[in-house]
Amino acid sequence: MKRRQVLDLYFIEARAKVIDLGAFLDRVERAEGEEDFRLAAFRAALAELSQPGAHKARRVLQAFSDPTTEPVPVAPGKGACGAWPRHA
Amino acid sequence: MRYIEPHAHMVSRVTDDYVQMVTAGCVAVCEPAFWAGFDRSSAAGFHDYFCQLTEHEPKRAAKFGLAHYCWLCLNPKESEDVKLAEDVLALIPKFLDRPTVLGIGEIGLNKNSRNELKVLEMHVDLAARHGQLILVHTPHLEDKLKGTRLILDVLKSDRRIQPGRVIIDHVEEHTVERVLDAGFWAGMTLYPESKCTAARAVDILELYGTERLWMNSACDWGVSVPLAVLYAALEMRRRGHGPDLVDRMIYQNPLRFLSQSPNFKPVPG
Repeated sequence: MKRRQVLDLYFIEARAKVIDLGAFLDRVERAEGEEDFRLAAFRAALAELSQPGAHKARRVLQAFSDPTTEPVPVAPGKGACGAWPRHA
Repeated sequence: MRYIEPHAHMVSRVTDDYVQMVTAGCVAVCEPAFWAGFDRSSAAGFHDYFCQLTEHEPKRAAKFGLAHYCWLCLNPKESEDVKLAEDVLALIPKFLDRPTVLGIGEIGLNKNSRNELKVLEMHVDLAARHGQLILVHTPHLEDKLKGTRLILDVLKSDRRIQPGRVIIDHVEEHTVERVLDAGFWAGMTLYPESKCTAARAVDILELYGTERLWMNSACDWGVSVPLAVLYAALEMRRRGHGPDLVDRMIYQNPLRFLSQSPNFKPVPG
């Protein structure tokens, strides 16, 4: 597809998502209490969007990912929260 | 539009989903063994589950003219208990001769622990000894990148494993390249909130080609969409991809991989 066609197809949807991100951050910042590592990871991921070059989706995913390589001794439960606590 | 749903947990879905899938063109559905949402208390629970997958569910699907196949294993979410895993793996061989079993899956990792890794190796050995196809689950969210690396290390270190007979599922932008580069098949799971959206899945196939990729809904008891594969097909059409390429992604590719199992009979489109 031409760039114009991509914009025609996806701009409104992407625009809505960016507004949602802003509203989410406003909501978090209005709320009382401490933030945690998830918000730090979120901001690190957002910063990737402003970087030049391709593979922005990959870099956003990497910003949320556990970068270590060794298996953990014991599974700390079953769930995933979406961000590795490097910023904790 | 004909399609194969290569990954769906139909035991968690209502019969209306079967009706909708068949009406939309589904000709076969494949169900990997899965976590029930709670830990089963013994291997006997898995025995009953494997009977459900190989006896009851194919009959439920057949009422609507749909072929139902399955994969067997102990899911990574229950792999922390190695003794339970040993007991469950001992049950699996007697089910492998059943006519709708495609292989071992969905095995893999969840939180990337030592015991999960050990149980993954046990499953890989079981598949190798019995000449079975393998379907791999990669971990969720922040654990996916690390887990995918560990899984690839296990698979590549076992010389009995042929990459073309293994599909590594739930790939995203940060894992798909290393999976395909290692010669494995890759599955993209279409979820509304986690894993891939339809638009991102189409981005990935545009970037990496359609040679060893498939798309699946992985619909289960969580937030998921049984017709997600067709919504991704619609996304392909919106971008101008022709019917041949759509057919390759949602029918021919699953057919090509799954037909490596003698139990998967090519289905009329």
